[in-house]
Amino acid sequence: MQGEKTIPRKKYALIFIVVGALLAILGVAFNFILDATKTFDMPWFILGIGAIALIYGVVQITRGERLHPEVSFSAKTAKSFLTNNAIMLALLVLVVVICFIEPRFMQIRVLLDILTQSSTRMIIALGICFTLLIAGTDLSAGRMVGLAAVISTSMLQTATYANRFYPDLPELWVGIPIVAAIIACMLFGTLNGFLVAKYDMHPFIATLAVQVMIYGACSLYFDMPPNNSQPIGGVRPDFAAIGQTKIGGQFSILIPIAIVFTIAIWFVLNKTVFGKNVYAIGGNREAAVVSGVNVFKTIMGIFILASFLYGVGGVLEAARTAGATNNYGNGYELDAIAACVVGGVSLNGGIGTVGGIISGVLIFTVIQYGLQFIGISPMWQQVIKGVIIAIAVAIDMSKYRRK
Amino acid sequence: MGEYVLEMNNITKVFPGVKALDGVTLKVRPGSVHALMGENGAGKSTLMKCLFGIYHEDGGEIIFDGKKRTINTSKEALDLGISMIHQELHPIRFRPVMENIWLGRFPMRGIAVNKKAMIKQTKELFKEVDLDIDPEVLAGTLSASNLQLVEIAKAVSYNSKIIIMDEPTSSLTDNETEHLFKIIRQLQSKGCAIIYISHKMEEILKISDEVTIMRDGQYVGTWPAKELTTDLIINRMVGRDMTNRFPPKTYTPGTEVVLKVDDICSPLPKSFQHVSFDLHKGEILGIGGLVGAQRTEMVEALFGLREIVSGKVEKDGKPFLIKSVRDAKAHGLALLTEERRASGVFGILSIEDNTVIAAQKDFARNGVLQEGKRYKAAKESNESMRTKTPSMEELMQNLSGGNQQKVLIARWLLTHPDILILDEPTRGIDVGAKYEIYTIMHDLIKEGKSIIMISSEMPELLGMADRVMVMCEGRVTGILSREEADSVQVMRLATAFMK
Repeated sequence: MQGEKTIPRKKYALIFIVVGALLAILGVAFNFILDATKTFDMPWFILGIGAIALIYGVVQITRGERLHPEVSFSAKTAKSFLTNNAIMLALLVLVVVICFIEPRFMQIRVLLDILTQSSTRMIIALGICFTLLIAGTDLSAGRMVGLAAVISTSMLQTATYANRFYPDLPELWVGIPIVAAIIACMLFGTLNGFLVAKYDMHPFIATLAVQVMIYGACSLYFDMPPNNSQPIGGVRPDFAAIGQTKIGGQFSILIPIAIVFTIAIWFVLNKTVFGKNVYAIGGNREAAVVSGVNVFKTIMGIFILASFLYGVGGVLEAARTAGATNNYGNGYELDAIAACVVGGVSLNGGIGTVGGIISGVLIFTVIQYGLQFIGISPMWQQVIKGVIIAIAVAIDMSKYRRK
Repeated sequence: MGEYVLEMNNITKVFPGVKALDGVTLKVRPGSVHALMGENGAGKSTLMKCLFGIYHEDGGEIIFDGKKRTINTSKEALDLGISMIHQELHPIRFRPVMENIWLGRFPMRGIAVNKKAMIKQTKELFKEVDLDIDPEVLAGTLSASNLQLVEIAKAVSYNSKIIIMDEPTSSLTDNETEHLFKIIRQLQSKGCAIIYISHKMEEILKISDEVTIMRDGQYVGTWPAKELTTDLIINRMVGRDMTNRFPPKTYTPGTEVVLKVDDICSPLPKSFQHVSFDLHKGEILGIGGLVGAQRTEMVEALFGLREIVSGKVEKDGKPFLIKSVRDAKAHGLALLTEERRASGVFGILSIEDNTVIAAQKDFARNGVLQEGKRYKAAKESNESMRTKTPSMEELMQNLSGGNQQKVLIARWLLTHPDILILDEPTRGIDVGAKYEIYTIMHDLIKEGKSIIMISSEMPELLGMADRVMVMCEGRVTGILSREEADSVQVMRLATAFMK
C-alpha cells in the first residue's frame, strides 16, 4: 500500500518505553519547578501518563512472540486506530478542554471523585455487558439494584432508630443481610436465564417481564407494616462504612472494591472456558451449537452472574447513601447499557472488552462531573450525553459494516 | 422483433477466485419453453441472476426485444418484461397474499392504498391462472405448493415477455405440476417465453421446446427437445475429463464397520426416511444427490443437531444414542457443516479461539484456561493443516474460504474424532485450495480415521469417494462401489423418484 511504513515491533515498543520514561521524569521535574497554585496536580498526571506508556511498551515486548513481528503505519491503520479508539480520544479531548477552561480540574481529588462515582456504575455495567455480549440485554438490572438496596438496609438499621423495618430484629452480623439481598437478586437472575435459555425468549422481553415482577415484589416488601412504604433510614454505621469509608480522607473504599470486581470479570471473560463460550455464543450462536458449547448452561450462567453483580451494586449504593427506597436503581440499566455501548460493546453480540467498558463508564462520569465543574446546566449535560451515545454507536456500526 | 426475444451472447461472470460463467450463450424464441439444464454449480442460477439484474455480467451482451440492454436492478428487468420465480421463496409471511403479489406497485387512491381494487385485481389474476386462493389470507398460512403457485401468478401479473422459472416444481405434486403446465401453455399462446430450470428430466422433455445444457460455467449446446433423451441429457451434463484434479490414492480402505446406521427416520415426513448404511474404517464414503435430497439433514441428525424418531446407530459395534452435539463429540464424531459462514466460523473471534472452541475443556483446569497449552494446540493443529495466517490472533473473517475450512478441520482434530463428516467440504473454495483439502482428507484416512463426505459436485464425488451412496428425496436410492460409480449411474439414482 502507498505510504505504508513498517518498523519492527521491538523498536515500536522501545519508542513507548523511552517516551514513557521521559514523561515520567518530566512529571517529577515539573513537580519541583511549576507553581502548584496554577497547574495543581498536573505533574502527577504527566507522571501517570508516562507510566502507562512505559507499561504498554513493556507489554508489547513480553507478548511480542504472539503478535505480528512488525508494526505498520499507513492511512489505513491510522483510520482503523481512530475508529477503534474514537471514544478514548474524545474523552481525552474533553478532559483537555475542561482543563483549559478550569485548571482546577487537574487535581488528584477530582480524579478520585470521578473514580468513586464510577465505582457502582462500573459493577452494574460489568453485569450487563455479559447479556449484551450474547446479543441480548437486561432491563431488570436497575430494579435488582433497588431490590438489593431495600433488602439489605431493611435488616441493617440501628437498634435505636424510631422507624425500624423489623422492630424486634436483633443485631445481625453485617454479612447476613448482604448475602440475603444478593441471593434475592440471583433468584430473579435465574428466572431471567431460564426464560431466555429454556424458552428462547428474547432477553429484551424476558428481562422486561422480570423487571416488572421485581419492582412489584420489592414494593410489596417495602410496603409491609410497620414500614408502609417509608424510606428506609437509620442505617447501621458498620454497614454504611462499606460505601463511605475514605482511606486517608480522600480515597474511597468503593474504588478498590470496583477494581477487584473489574479484575475478576476481566479474568472470567478472558481466562475461563465460560468467558470464551460467552464470546462464541455472541459471535455465532449456530456455530457454537455445532461446536458442542452448552448454550443452556452458559446463558443461565450469564444471567445469574449478572444478577450477582447488580446485587453487589445495590448493596454498595445502599451503603454509600445510607438508605433505600423501592425506587432505588430506577433507570440504571439504561445508563449501564449506554456506557457499555459507548465503550465498544456491540449490540450484535460477540464484541466487547472490559477495557472498553471502563472507558465507557468513565466517559459518562467525566462528562457529568466535568460539565458540572465548568458550570454547564444539567439540561445541556443531558443533550451532550445523548449526542455522545449517538455518535459512539454510529462509529461503532461503521466499523462492522461491510460492503 | 427478430428470431429471438432474448439473446445472451458470450456471458462471462467472475467471482473472486472462480469463473462462474465462461462465454455462455442462451437464445430464447418468443412463445417457446426453453429448458436450461446442468448440474448443481454449473452456473444456471448465476446466468439467470445476470439476466434479472441481481448480478452484473463481466463480459458478453444481452439483447432483449431486439435491443442491447444493460440490466442493473431487478426493477429494470421487471420493467423491461422479464420476471423470475426464484428457487427459494421468501414471502412476507404475516401479510396477505395480495400484498405479496402487488408489493411495490399497489393500486392507489390518492395517498392511500386502494384495498378494494387490490382484491379485485388479485381475484382476476387468480382466475386467469385458475387458482382458488383467498387474496386476503396471510401468505404464511399457505402450503409450500400454493405459495409456489402464487409466486407463478405473481410472475404472470407482470405481463412479461419472458418468465424465468427456477425449479418451479420442487414443491409441487403431480397434479399441481400439471396445473403449472397448463398455465405455461396459456402463457405460450400469448407469446410469452419461459426459461425453465429443472433437474427433472421427464418434465423437461415433456414441456420444453428447446434445451440448453451448461457444465462448469460453460456452454455445452442447445438442442430441440425432440432430439433428446434422458441419457443424452445426462451425458452432456456430466461428460468431462477428471485428470489431476485429485491427489492419487495411496491407501486401501478397510472393511471393518465403524459406524452402522440402521433404518433411521426423521420425524418430518419430507425429510430423511429409512436411511441405512455402513461406514468402513479408513474409507471415504461419498453421499451424492441433488439439492434437497436431505443429505445434510441426515448427517446433522447423526451429529445430534436434529431429531431421529426411529432406527439404530452403532459405533464400533456398540449402540449409541445421540441426543446432543456433546454426545456425538464424546463418541468421536466431528461435523463440518455445509454453511461455513452461518454455522462454522466465528468471524469476529481469533484463529486460536476458533480452533479450540470444540475442545475447550481439554485446555482448561477447573474452567480456567491454560493459555500456553491452548495456544500450542491451536498452533500445532493449524500447522498440520498448513493454514496460512499471519498469527493465531488474526481474526477468522480475514482468512480466505479455503483457510477458514482448514481452521475448521483443525478445530475438529483437537477433539480426536474417528469419524469426520464433511458436508460440501470444498464449496466456495478455489481450485488450488480444493486440492489441499483433498490431500488433507487422504492424510486423515491414512491416520486411521473414516470420512463421510457429502458433495454435490460430481467430479469430487467420483474422484474422492471410495464408495458412493446416493440419496433422493430423503431416501437412499443406492450405494455404489468405486468401480460401479460413474456420473450417469449417480445421476440416475439421484433422480430416481422424480417424474
